[in-house]
Amino acid sequence: MVKITWKIAGKDDITADIPIGNTLMEAAVDNNVPFIEGECGGCLSCATCHVFVDPDWYGTTGAPGDFEEDMLDMTEVERSPTSRLSCQITASTELDGLVLHVPIPD
Amino acid sequence: MKGPIVVVGAGQAGASFVSRHVTLGGDAPVILIGEEPYAPYQRPPLSKKFLTGELERDRLWIRQPDWYGQNGITTRFGTRIAELAPSQRTVITDSGERIGYGKLVLCTGSRPRLLPDALGGSLDGVHTLREIGDADRLAERLGGSRRLIVIGGGYIGLEIAASARKLGLEVTVIEMAERILQRVASEQTSLYFRSLHRDHGVEILESTRIVRIAGRDGVARRVELDSGETIDADAVLVGIGALPNVELAEAAGIECENGICVDEACRTSDADIHAAGDCTSFVRNGQRIRLESVQNAADQGDLTARVLSGHDDRYASVPWFWSEQYDCMLQIAGLSQGFDRAVIRRNSTSGGQSVWYYTGERLIAVDAMNDTKSYAFGRRMLEMGMNPRADQVEDEQTDLKALLQAGMPK
Ligand SMILES: Cc1cc2nc3c(=O)[nH]c(=O)nc-3n(C[C@H](O)[C@H](O)[C@H](O)COP(=O)(O)OP(=O)(O)OC[C@H]3O[C@@H](n4cnc5c(N)ncnc54)[C@H](O)[C@@H]3O)c2cc1C
Ligand code: FES
Repeated sequence: MVKITWKIAGKDDITADIPIGNTLMEAAVDNNVPFIEGECGGCLSCATCHVFVDPDWYGTTGAPGDFEEDMLDMTEVERSPTSRLSCQITASTELDGLVLHVPIPD
Repeated sequence: MKGPIVVVGAGQAGASFVSRHVTLGGDAPVILIGEEPYAPYQRPPLSKKFLTGELERDRLWIRQPDWYGQNGITTRFGTRIAELAPSQRTVITDSGERIGYGKLVLCTGSRPRLLPDALGGSLDGVHTLREIGDADRLAERLGGSRRLIVIGGGYIGLEIAASARKLGLEVTVIEMAERILQRVASEQTSLYFRSLHRDHGVEILESTRIVRIAGRDGVARRVELDSGETIDADAVLVGIGALPNVELAEAAGIECENGICVDEACRTSDADIHAAGDCTSFVRNGQRIRLESVQNAADQGDLTARVLSGHDDRYASVPWFWSEQYDCMLQIAGLSQGFDRAVIRRNSTSGGQSVWYYTGERLIAVDAMNDTKSYAFGRRMLEMGMNPRADQVEDEQTDLKALLQAGMPK
């Protein structure tokens, strides 16, 4: 298990223990993180799992892959320099303590 | 509204309905009723990573099973509704229990079209795939088989063919139309998938009908074709399309035509009854259509929750769909039916390509094979009603992002 925190502007943070190997999209849905839907089940077709990785952590999560990079151009909230699709990040020990910010549509 | 919202069908659309109802903080109590003995789960992996054993069962849930109760949703999984009594605003379970509703949402989905018994459709070893139980049975059968025959070259059949190859089986796909995917894609896309499967060792027989599946002691043994040829098989998968589950609605006098007819707010012909997902049909560009996709089920379920909470929303999403076969990811945006021109755009970075469909100057759909860039930008363009010129799109040197931005309202 690793600890992941989602920060949601205007709401309480959500922190949860996530099984290693699950994607952070699955983790968000399981923990009721608002605005993260994961409609396509993690196959890079919906972009409803968009998160801003906390800049301090971006070095650890790493940058998006090629297909992910393309999908980041169609997120509902415009991408930032640390945007990722959370279905493409898998919980691992290096990510223990990771902080994600949830994009909030208008 | 007097009485609870009753949702019949606990699949993708039912799950999206209750999720949105909860996030909107809807006051009306909700009862989610489903025939399958489980909480809603994702069907797409059933023909893909679940079938090959790469994805475990407990990762199929759309939401964790305890989420529903924790969020005030009453669930009745393992309960089939046998009848609707709209004049009494009541649904009746197969054990005769009556459940009253203020509003009713039908999310009954669709079911595989079966091969008639006379053609051998009920022999042991002949499978269809819709539910998790079907996937378990199919996986078990494939485990002990050497040769699979897939009847029907649609998405589900082709995905299962790819999964069976991964599991080491020999596979033949039989398609009665001139080409696989004929009903849903252009010739270019069909061609792409035909070569993909042949490269992976699948035999594809097009313009071929089956005469019957022949068995011994009730077990399927071989498939006889109209060409006179006979192919031995240990397992047969029938993937010849799906039928909408409209019987409840039809018997209750609700208007149906290739699905339960709904308007842009997912209302049926009965003011207190909505419908969402595979079971519905609706009018798009002057034609009544029915879609079988996660996008449609999720968006209609979501929209219905918004409408029942008093939002004045209209269903206008650009449809999207995906399929995975071997190392190819197909992504589709829009609806290509009725196109009069299709152009191909190559993506030499990813080794993929996309097909852009037009009617006249109007862009109507994009099929992207290992080309997420074309899918992403094509979908954005469709959502914005943009019509990039076909000759520009066709030219790989044209930057799609720049094309999109040039077309955006300032
Ligand atoms: C093998 C497979 C692979 C797929 N792959 C993809 C894919 O890659 N991409 C994609 O976009 N789509 C895919 N789909 C399609 C997608 O899964 C469906 O479009 C989606 O599940 C439809 O959601 P729904 O809620 O309308 O119906 P369903 O999810 O089928 O749910 C309907 C539910 O209603 C229940 N029900 C029916 N009648 C009654 C009754 N009388 N009483 C109580 N309950 C009832 C059924 O038991 C069922 O559980 C796939 C489908 C299958 C089967
Ligand atoms: S869940 Fe669909 S792109 Fe991540």
